[in-house]
Amino acid sequence: MAFVEPKESFAGKVYQLTIGSDKTAVFGGENALPFLTVDGNYPNKPVIAYEIQDVPPTDWPDTVRKAYENVSGDPVTWAKYCQNELNAQAIALRLVGTHPDRENRSAEDAAKTVKEVLAAINVPLIILGSNNAEKDSVVLVAAAEAAKDKNCVIGKAQEANYKTIAAAAMANNHKLIAMSELDINLSKQLNILITQMGFDKERLVTDPMCSALGYGLEYTYSVMERIRLAALTQNDATMQPPILADVGMYVWKVKETQAAEADVPAWGNVEQRGITWEVVTAGSLMVSGAELLIMRHPEAVKAVQKFIDELN
Amino acid sequence: MLIIGEKLSIIAKRVREAMLKKDKGPIQEIATRQWKEGSGMIDANIGPAEDGGEDLMQWMVTTIQEVVPLPVCLDTTNFSAVEAGLKVHNNQWGRPLINSTSNDPERFPMMEIAAKYNAQIIGLTVGKGGLPADAEERAGIAAEIMGRAMEFGIPLEDLYLDPLVLQVATSQDHALHVVKAIKMFQEMNDPAMKTVVGLSNISNGCPKTLRPILNKYYFVMLMDAGLSSAIADAHEMAEAMQEKKIIDDVLSGKTISDAAKMTEIKKTMDIFMNKTLYAHSYLEM
Repeated sequence: MAFVEPKESFAGKVYQLTIGSDKTAVFGGENALPFLTVDGNYPNKPVIAYEIQDVPPTDWPDTVRKAYENVSGDPVTWAKYCQNELNAQAIALRLVGTHPDRENRSAEDAAKTVKEVLAAINVPLIILGSNNAEKDSVVLVAAAEAAKDKNCVIGKAQEANYKTIAAAAMANNHKLIAMSELDINLSKQLNILITQMGFDKERLVTDPMCSALGYGLEYTYSVMERIRLAALTQNDATMQPPILADVGMYVWKVKETQAAEADVPAWGNVEQRGITWEVVTAGSLMVSGAELLIMRHPEAVKAVQKFIDELN
Repeated sequence: MLIIGEKLSIIAKRVREAMLKKDKGPIQEIATRQWKEGSGMIDANIGPAEDGGEDLMQWMVTTIQEVVPLPVCLDTTNFSAVEAGLKVHNNQWGRPLINSTSNDPERFPMMEIAAKYNAQIIGLTVGKGGLPADAEERAGIAAEIMGRAMEFGIPLEDLYLDPLVLQVATSQDHALHVVKAIKMFQEMNDPAMKTVVGLSNISNGCPKTLRPILNKYYFVMLMDAGLSSAIADAHEMAEAMQEKKIIDDVLSGKTISDAAKMTEIKKTMDIFMNKTLYAHSYLEM
């Protein structure tokens, strides 16, 4: 008897999202588990966005800062470099300088940066706050207005501030990232609350909160996997938005990506180690369900891109 | 069905204050209400009670039994507090119940006390290694507790197996594991083993308005599985028993006249049966 390949088909399907207004990027849309192309349709590959910041990356470790040595002093130059030299599919601008404990830049300053970056690039832009719930609810509203009709992704809306941010994303025709803290039930709840405001669930991106290899990656992995299974097996519409893995910011703060080889010779070359850490974290989360990734090191992005191309 | 009235817990602010001040009023009022509403036993949860647990438990038992002709469920991890409570317990209104032992050797002295005072005892099916993963693991632990109880000379009719109800908001798949465990426990002896649950933990962490809905419907599911007793709010459980018929009707696929109620039952049962992912707003979806 000939071998028959076992196939699984699902009732549900992940929403397909198109972002950007000039060059666009598309992700999601599959009706099968990650990379299991034999089971269903997988119309789009995961998209990787290069992370940049509104202020110089003084808090990034040398290894990854070196990759942007001559461009990261200003977000426009940095964005252009990612697009033109690194062929970025998308750029994620993190307005970390607006955090009250950092430069405490104003919402107006942030809006100005957003406008300048948008004017300089033609790939899609993801606009992220500083993860200060209170400040984000002002900054991201201004940023969403500054980027009106550019079909950006705005984030992150959390339980504490989703109302203003979702309203701004809705009014200015953007997509929206909804982030909850590593709990699938709360993730579903936040998506429900946002859609109850009238926000279209097909314009959402779910961020169940990322974590780095060695620092709780298995929790993120498990939550993402269960979100994807709820979307496919239970046809749960609230869990069908694509998933974001905000990899870079979690990876490049752990000691394994920073400790010098002289201090821990057994760990080997610090640059290679950091890149590998980002690749392994991103790769694992893609396998568990992430369709949109935000990453930092160009070499890590290249490796993950190769991974995506070979698995498809 | 034995309802063990649950409202006398140190976790509740009003009860805690009454315990601290040794103010009988609130304790007796709550106990009386639980009795009138159908409890067959009153749970007295004094927490770990490391200091003065003996006095506190004796005070609770006598305070409750002064006004309510029911046995008391002595709920604490403090062995000597349990023993002190048993000494003053009025057995003329029924035999007391110890809450609880488990498969953790540190909890075995509770069995010794149960045997010594001819008390009934709850066996919580957890071991030293943390929470049980599924029904089978609960049944495995139950078997070990049963063996241990017999060694201590406790008749199996005096052992209530508790599968440990977990919060549906965070451990949704356990709702069905517990239902299955209740069925399995009964098979483990002839006559069937008695079972008990701490019911309201199912809705712990859920919005206030949802809690009675989750408690009641889950109770009906457990009743259908053969549950013999529950530590629960007697008022809620009386309502659940009144609604049992329509809930069973919906579960068996019949249409009931109250469409809104039917949707509420269906959506809630889908949560327990793990067909829909729980979220606080699940009823609005």
